[in-house]
Amino acid sequence: MLKAFYYLLLRDMRLALRSRHELANPLIFFVLVVTLFPLAVMPTPERLQEMAPGVIWVASLLSVLLSLDRLFKQDYEDGSLDQLMLSPNPLVILVLAKVAAHWLLTGLPLVIIAPLLGVFMALPAESLQVLIWSLLLGTPVLSLIGAIGVSLTVAVNRGGVLLSLIVLPLYIPVLIFGANAIDVASDGMSVRGQLYFLGAVLVLALSLAPLATSVALRITASR
Amino acid sequence: MWNWIQKFSSPKYFYDMSAKLIPWFAIPALVIGVYGLYLGLFVAPPDYQQGESYRIIFIHVPAAWMSLFVYMVMAISAGIGLIWQIRLADVVAAASAPIGASFTFLALVTGSLWGKPMWGTYWVWDARLTSELILLFLYFGYMALQSSIEDQRQADKASGLLAIVGVVNIPIIHYSVEWWNTLHQGATVAKFDKPSMHIDMLIPLLLMALAFKLFYAAVVLVRARNEALYRDRNRRWVRELIEKI
Repeated sequence: MLKAFYYLLLRDMRLALRSRHELANPLIFFVLVVTLFPLAVMPTPERLQEMAPGVIWVASLLSVLLSLDRLFKQDYEDGSLDQLMLSPNPLVILVLAKVAAHWLLTGLPLVIIAPLLGVFMALPAESLQVLIWSLLLGTPVLSLIGAIGVSLTVAVNRGGVLLSLIVLPLYIPVLIFGANAIDVASDGMSVRGQLYFLGAVLVLALSLAPLATSVALRITASR
Repeated sequence: MWNWIQKFSSPKYFYDMSAKLIPWFAIPALVIGVYGLYLGLFVAPPDYQQGESYRIIFIHVPAAWMSLFVYMVMAISAGIGLIWQIRLADVVAAASAPIGASFTFLALVTGSLWGKPMWGTYWVWDARLTSELILLFLYFGYMALQSSIEDQRQADKASGLLAIVGVVNIPIIHYSVEWWNTLHQGATVAKFDKPSMHIDMLIPLLLMALAFKLFYAAVVLVRARNEALYRDRNRRWVRELIEKI
């Protein structure tokens, strides 16, 4: 079972690393969206700093949303998804492997590049650390919940808008607490509560979302 | 027991039965609703702080209650459809969604109408208003998924699962919005401490809530009847029904 997890993770990573531009696109999108905001308002440091947590978090939400397709779309189209479901290994584990690969390829790069954007948005140095922590706890939740949405819509033609309609409302708690943590950190207060909440949501999503995803995949595959 | 469920949940039986049931819900809904409105609008005393404009709660509060209640009904019947493969449950879930979305919309509109004289603006990012808005989006997501999958069985299963995921999320969303609200802007919204309600206000409110429930029951039966008829349009019982006319 662990082996299956490991090999599937490895396979997804390899496949993704072979088409590097696809990996880079969500990241470039993320940077681009954040760059738009200082251009749209007068970029005084105070104003930027005020907007920064919200802008960075919304941009990462959208960037993850755009990359979600990669989770199952290709596997669905070339039939390897059906093969995965036929395998004797529990589907939950396989889903978890795919989600883990997705996070390593899209969530983690976001976390790594986010401090740079924090500098763009004039965030004080103390809150950069909180920015990293909040993204580190929050982005896996985005991948996990997103997996449910993709597995429901993967067979729908032009399911992109539909996917965002389904997934974005479910992202709201993560957005609220992720952005709020940075906000509070800029004021120099303790952010433990916010980070604990994000951690709790992560644990909940980690235990329930793969189950829901595998049910959804079975529904999708039965058509 | 199982046979009984099978019998009751067959679309044809449901079609005949619901025709008899609908008036039993619709007429009391009308009577209680009119009486409740009369009590609420004319008999109940004006509020000592908000004057006459508080009277919108006799629509607003029941609508807000119903918006959550209908989502629950939808998710539970979708779950029944998903687990026990009872098609009628899926029909009820699909028929409930637009009604629930309408109640949610009504709660939002009446809420912001009330907000204008009270808060001085139609919209504030008040915790309850915000979570009501998100609930509306959840309804929209359900309806969008339901209508974009062509195969009916698939659409029922997929959107049913989404409804269940939504139910798990509703409390999380609700509380995070509430905390967010207190974290962000506690003092900017002049919140009235709710005085415990006067009995003359409470009775019409409860009557209206009852009327809304009955109204929902009647409307969901009408919609589910239509839906069952439409889904079985190629079946024999529907054809026989048409030939009789």
